Amino acid sequence: MKARRRQRLIFVGVVLAGVAIATALALTAIGENMLYFYSPAQIAAGEAPRGHEVRVGGLVVDGSVARQENGLEVRFDVTDTSATVRVAYTGILPDLFREGQGIVAMGKIDDAGVFQAREVLAKHDENYMPPEIAEALKLAAEGGSMPNPHEQNPASGAQRKP
Amino acid sequence: MIPELGHLALIIGLAVAIVQGVVPLLGAWRDVPEWIAVAVPASRAQFLFVLLAYACLTYAFIAKDFSVAYVAQNANAELPLFYRISAVWGAHEGSILLWTMILALWSLAVSIASGRLPEIFRARVLAVMGLVSCGFLLFMLMTSNPFARLLPAAVDGRDLNPLLQDPGMVIHPPMLYMGYVGMAVPFAFAVAALLGGRLDAAWTRWTRPWTTVAWVFLTFGIALGSWWAYNELGWGGWWFWDPVENASFMPWLVATALIHSLAVSEQRGAFKAWTVLLAIFGFSLSLLGTFLVRSGVLVSVHAFATDPERGVFILTFLALVIGGALTLYAWRASAISGGGSFRLVSRETLLLINNVLLVVACATVLLGTMYPLIIDALGLGKISVGPPYFDTVFAPLMLPLVFVLGIGPLTRWKGDSAGRVMRRLRVAFIASLIAAVAIVLATTGRSPLLFAAVAMAVWTLASTTLAVVIRVRGKPDVWQGLRALPRGFLGMSLAHVGVGIFIMGVAFTTAFSTDRDVRLAPGASETLAGYRFRFDGVNAVPGPNYRADRATVSIFQQDRLVATLHPEKRLYPTQAKPMTEAAVDAGFTRDLYVALGEPLGDGTWALRLYHKTLIRWIWLGPLFMVFGGLLAASDRRYRSGRRAREALAEAAPRPLLGARAAGG
Repeated sequence: MKARRRQRLIFVGVVLAGVAIATALALTAIGENMLYFYSPAQIAAGEAPRGHEVRVGGLVVDGSVARQENGLEVRFDVTDTSATVRVAYTGILPDLFREGQGIVAMGKIDDAGVFQAREVLAKHDENYMPPEIAEALKLAAEGGSMPNPHEQNPASGAQRKP
Repeated sequence: MIPELGHLALIIGLAVAIVQGVVPLLGAWRDVPEWIAVAVPASRAQFLFVLLAYACLTYAFIAKDFSVAYVAQNANAELPLFYRISAVWGAHEGSILLWTMILALWSLAVSIASGRLPEIFRARVLAVMGLVSCGFLLFMLMTSNPFARLLPAAVDGRDLNPLLQDPGMVIHPPMLYMGYVGMAVPFAFAVAALLGGRLDAAWTRWTRPWTTVAWVFLTFGIALGSWWAYNELGWGGWWFWDPVENASFMPWLVATALIHSLAVSEQRGAFKAWTVLLAIFGFSLSLLGTFLVRSGVLVSVHAFATDPERGVFILTFLALVIGGALTLYAWRASAISGGGSFRLVSRETLLLINNVLLVVACATVLLGTMYPLIIDALGLGKISVGPPYFDTVFAPLMLPLVFVLGIGPLTRWKGDSAGRVMRRLRVAFIASLIAAVAIVLATTGRSPLLFAAVAMAVWTLASTTLAVVIRVRGKPDVWQGLRALPRGFLGMSLAHVGVGIFIMGVAFTTAFSTDRDVRLAPGASETLAGYRFRFDGVNAVPGPNYRADRATVSIFQQDRLVATLHPEKRLYPTQAKPMTEAAVDAGFTRDLYVALGEPLGDGTWALRLYHKTLIRWIWLGPLFMVFGGLLAASDRRYRSGRRAREALAEAAPRPLLGARAAGG
């Protein structure tokens, strides 16, 4: 029975160590790399933290897309119909980026209140609306607002502070 | 009439699948040989009917029958024949039909290539597969009939999603599904073993080649998907940690753990209950993947099906399959536990570490994939978990995994001395450190991650080579010595070499690739990584079902023309969808990659230029794994009845009814 007990100890030890390491890793990583979604209305109300990476989504306002004369910077407005956020992005926009379409951008809000996008996503189906945008539009139409993740979940909000 | 014939074939297929799933199980329970004997003919008949349905749908696509709703949504009169045939699995309904057809194909394979299995065991395996098939056929008939008519018929179809009009996408889904659904075979073997209350060396010997072949398809399918994303999405990336990619990667991680734990179960009789649990998890994750991709719960580029009714069905089915299997496991696992003992320093311990790391890695991927869905479902806000999470969690888990990968093959079963193992591996360890230091010093990419990755890659390659050399050393003829090695060992070594090649590719691509978004007027040039990209303008080119703006980019290295690339911007008018078709000059050491952005007026365009170092190695590695897996699955010991009987005699002191039949 001694061999069997030793074997069980090895087994339990390895499994426990693995699970402990993974839990620690996963919790740290998920806390650091979670991206919260904010609607333009929330950003206009100052709910989104400055200098932190967040996501914003909405419809690209018709006629707002302006490209720099001799560079690749492009600026456009994103709206949820109740408020508008100015987005700046340098580079090539996705195939399905068009005025009037729903997009999601990832990046930070700068001191001037412009959303400096690191990445812009447009979905691959012109009929498809990212759920966040659909909900933000619906709430804006009803006069409500999106739940603020930091209010509802203060623990993870505090964790993200540097 | 052909679509109605297909529909009818599905209904008959369901009836046959019910017979296949129920009668043999009752027969095995009540010990009625006639009922047990139903399994093989039923699984063959089911295959024929599902194949007939599949052929009917393919015919509807070839004949451009736009009165069938599914055809009208996923094809177009101008769509080339090649893509009309692959459009069968271009969307939800056809994918499920393909899934069911492949499941029936695996059942057919089991019914043909399992002559050595005891009759009762084979009947149970086929019955379990029949029950799974019932679920999918019912799903199709109730919620996603691919043969539903469109009244009135469409004049022309809406065309296939342009993203799927690519050769990579033609073979990627069938390969991936072969792997996904292939996991149903070890699952059925595990459930059959639990039902029979017996799990011996013969069981693992029967299960191993099937699992390895399913793993081979899964590996190949995932690699193809990555290659397709690289070519077709136009972003030059090879892995995005997209939930749909994760959905295929999670079963792969568990399948990899399973083929390793099966090795312990076969060689040493240990880890048996754990092996059964892994087989259950592997297939559960395949089903979860189907649920994630097909129910529309994800915010993802891939998830084009949005229908809650389907989601509820799959979720219920998932709960039934996983819940049923786990209940059975909890009830019967005590009957199959036990096995050989081992010491701390032994191959068993190393394979245990391998299994823990792979399963933990799978759990972290599952957490990152499901967490946003759970938070959203609880109404706690909208979050997304991006690639940085997966990168941070994954790298630290892979480091020890690759380290034990090098040690395992050179460590004895049961028990070994740490000193002996260290002496054997000293050369490989020093070589990997030297190589890593040399690369970091010789290049500009001085990051700890590059150091670790290069060390890991060289460690894998060197230790694997060492294991082969030790086995061949002393033989008069090296080639003869290699030929004499068991295919299982050679296959494992080849697959491990593939891991090394893959890591090398990832390390170099990540550290040394460069890219730039540029604005170029015709005739203007831009230099990137020593290559001069000259933009020669854009002209309009018509395609069969699209119009394209086709650019010409000439690439020079010190005034020598290296390549001329033609990236395109296509517009598919039927769907009013633009598509970036990147152009790639592929090479063993580097890829040159150009994607066309948007026109900026006066013939000037935005372009995205990439120089990708060693990126081909990322797909070359999995190819080695695929060939290694095939070689291992063809090992003589899985075919020879004599060896199986010997193993049985040593492993099972009491000859068992079923096992005796296996030897004969």
